[in-house]
Amino acid sequence: MNERFPGLHRRGFLAATGGAAAALALTGCGDTEKTEPTGGTPKRGGRLRAAFAGGGASEILDPHLANLFADVARAKALFDKLADYGPDLSAQPRLATRWESNKSLDRWQVTLREATFHDGKPVTARDVLHSYRRIADPEQAFRAKASLEPIDLDASRATGERAIEFVLKRPTAEFPNILAAFGAYIVPENAGKAADFDDRPIGSGPFRFVSFAPGRSAVFRRYDAYWDGAPHLDELEFVVANEESARVNALLGGQVEYAHELNPTTARAHEGKGQIEIVRLRNSAMQAFCMKTDRAPFDDKRVREAFFLIADRQELVDGALSGAGEVGNDLFGKGYQYYAADLPQRTQDLDRARSLLKQAGAEKLKVTLDTSAVAAGFTEAASIFRDQAAKAGVTIDVKTGSKDSYWSDILDSGTLSCYRSGAMPIEAHISQRLLTDSTTNATKWHHKDFDALYQQAQSTRDRAERTAVYERMQRRLYAEGGFLIWGFADWILGTARSVRGVETKAPANTLDWARFDKVWLA
Amino acid sequence: MRVSGLRSFVARRLLLGVAQTVAVVLLVFALTEALPGDAAVALAGDQPDPARIAAIREAMHLDRPAYERLADWAAGLARGDFGTSLASGRPVTQYIADGFGPTLLLAALTLALLIPAGFGLGVLAARHEGRLVDRLVSSATLAVYAVPEFALGVLLVTVFALKLAWLPPTAVGYGTDLLGHPAALVLPVLVLLSRPVCSLSRLVRAGMVDALASPYAAHTRRYGVPGARIRYAHALPNALAPAAQQLARTVDWLLCGVIVVEALFVIPGLGTVLLNAVAERDVPVVQGLAVVFGVLTVVLNLGADLVAHRLTPRAGVAA
Repeated sequence: MNERFPGLHRRGFLAATGGAAAALALTGCGDTEKTEPTGGTPKRGGRLRAAFAGGGASEILDPHLANLFADVARAKALFDKLADYGPDLSAQPRLATRWESNKSLDRWQVTLREATFHDGKPVTARDVLHSYRRIADPEQAFRAKASLEPIDLDASRATGERAIEFVLKRPTAEFPNILAAFGAYIVPENAGKAADFDDRPIGSGPFRFVSFAPGRSAVFRRYDAYWDGAPHLDELEFVVANEESARVNALLGGQVEYAHELNPTTARAHEGKGQIEIVRLRNSAMQAFCMKTDRAPFDDKRVREAFFLIADRQELVDGALSGAGEVGNDLFGKGYQYYAADLPQRTQDLDRARSLLKQAGAEKLKVTLDTSAVAAGFTEAASIFRDQAAKAGVTIDVKTGSKDSYWSDILDSGTLSCYRSGAMPIEAHISQRLLTDSTTNATKWHHKDFDALYQQAQSTRDRAERTAVYERMQRRLYAEGGFLIWGFADWILGTARSVRGVETKAPANTLDWARFDKVWLA
Repeated sequence: MRVSGLRSFVARRLLLGVAQTVAVVLLVFALTEALPGDAAVALAGDQPDPARIAAIREAMHLDRPAYERLADWAAGLARGDFGTSLASGRPVTQYIADGFGPTLLLAALTLALLIPAGFGLGVLAARHEGRLVDRLVSSATLAVYAVPEFALGVLLVTVFALKLAWLPPTAVGYGTDLLGHPAALVLPVLVLLSRPVCSLSRLVRAGMVDALASPYAAHTRRYGVPGARIRYAHALPNALAPAAQQLARTVDWLLCGVIVVEALFVIPGLGTVLLNAVAERDVPVVQGLAVVFGVLTVVLNLGADLVAHRLTPRAGVAA
């Protein structure tokens, strides 16, 4: 199963996130239970303008083609998924109210809630199956296709107006993650082709379509019959500003009320000054160096351990992320469900690193580190790490590549590269990147016994037993994995002072990130 | 030059222009092909699953040889069909039409202010050559010319939009109706004006100073022709010929998308379209823009040469 949290694309992260283990915002329970971070009684009315970096004139409203942050924010305003991720990246029910599996975890009964599309028609099991079949169309290359791969869509069927039986190709304990997968939105059965979404997209989301000018603006209006309670805002407008300075200026000048993706330096300049509010979504994008474990010098696990010990993580966070983040412990998903938080925090130990390199016969090691301006802090991290490695006698040659093709370039070639990832469940990180048949296995981590552990976890019904299996996998990665995960970057938003109800604990692309139906203007 | 001579000159220049445009398009195609990665790789982003990239490539017909794709595109162009975008499936003409509006508006406004300002300052400085006014104008224009557009834009936004709050800092969200928000256009036009005004006024000044010092100007003076007539009927046209060429280059620069200003003020013009298309390796859009830019450049330069020829016929025109 591949949770398709996009990472970074042409113009910055597609998806990032931080999932501080926060109180779960209760979903689907109206607005009374939720504690609002910025307080007060929600007020109805007004138009909120939100500035995002976007895809220019190529933007589309087809939710299954969503790629950039702006695409996802628009998609989640218009459409719903069956489930979505909570702050700890566990699946929370949305259009689905209930899911139950059989004993062997390969058949799941999913019940839908009573919800309607913007044209008044009910959301039915047929719409769900249509949406998933559209995503899985072999003629197309929708991003969520790989996530839905475990589902046998030919055998799955509607067992009632709002009941579906999903038949899976193998036991999948984390099946709810598939329902929450990136881009797995539910569209009506008669939704038509991609181009039709530009004119009149119909979803079941909190806002309905008003107008769309690609690369410029998208205007949506409150959907009064929304199943999760109508939004407070009358209208929501997404505007596109690719330059960070333009987003900040527009916010400061009162042209927008919400600016997505700000720089740490901007945040520092305006934090606590009273002009705008700065929101930091902690523990967001994972920052790492990726070592290819199938080739010299990193095919020797002593060399990998030496590199773990070379990194001064705090210096990397301070330098490459301008301090906007926290240190990592070579494991993905700090604060997420199943995270092995008990392992000791690794710190720099140059003597031990040198002796490990000596044992491995890798003294005076020379390595090329691939980097690119594809993500904030990449080139800075590379030069900081080069200096740290020099202290252990390792010569790192930093090579800067094209940012448009970076991820594809580093997948199979090179030995050491800068890497990042947005939020996704730990299970998804493993299945996408760390199994023998993973589609983007950049560390070339191919271990049959590790694959077997993953299958074991997916076949284990009991949550505690499953957690123990995930811990075993993480211990192995901590000891000798290919990802040197040195930090987790904050994701930074700016809002006007009148904006209330912006969730501060929600990693980007989780349910409560860019969730404008719960926001209001004071 | 006789009328028939002029006609054959225009015909030769147009033919040459067509050849130049074809060369530009071929070069742009070759360069885009030479860039690492293609539209499928760019679209896959940080999920470079090789199977998915292959599927996207097939869906976009990128698996066909480059010359076939180029030939198909050229055949379409002959029918007036610019093709469709790889990234969105929309027609390329829509990209060009959408981006051209804001670009044309900015260019027209800038030009409308540039001509009087540039010539006015140039004439003013030339009239007072060597005196205080000349020195003030010259040092001010040199100073402004030395400031890069980006820096000037940031400075103007900070002062006039954020500190004084006289003007909106960006045109964000106005992309569909820029004319409806004229205040948002003030700062971008100022930034666009800044450097062309300087180069144009310097040229006009230099041309007029040269002309006024020439033997024929001295001769007209000896005949007792009034100073104003010497300046405006005899000296100024001499300065206009190089200025016209400079203006053509400026208009070309304005129309081919001024990415710095577009990005800073969030104006979705042709520069933004081109930048995105290159990043997405959206070859049909890049090609379509190359044709438009090529034709614009050829036509504008031809126009400038004709104007220069009209103003200073004795200089002759080199084809």
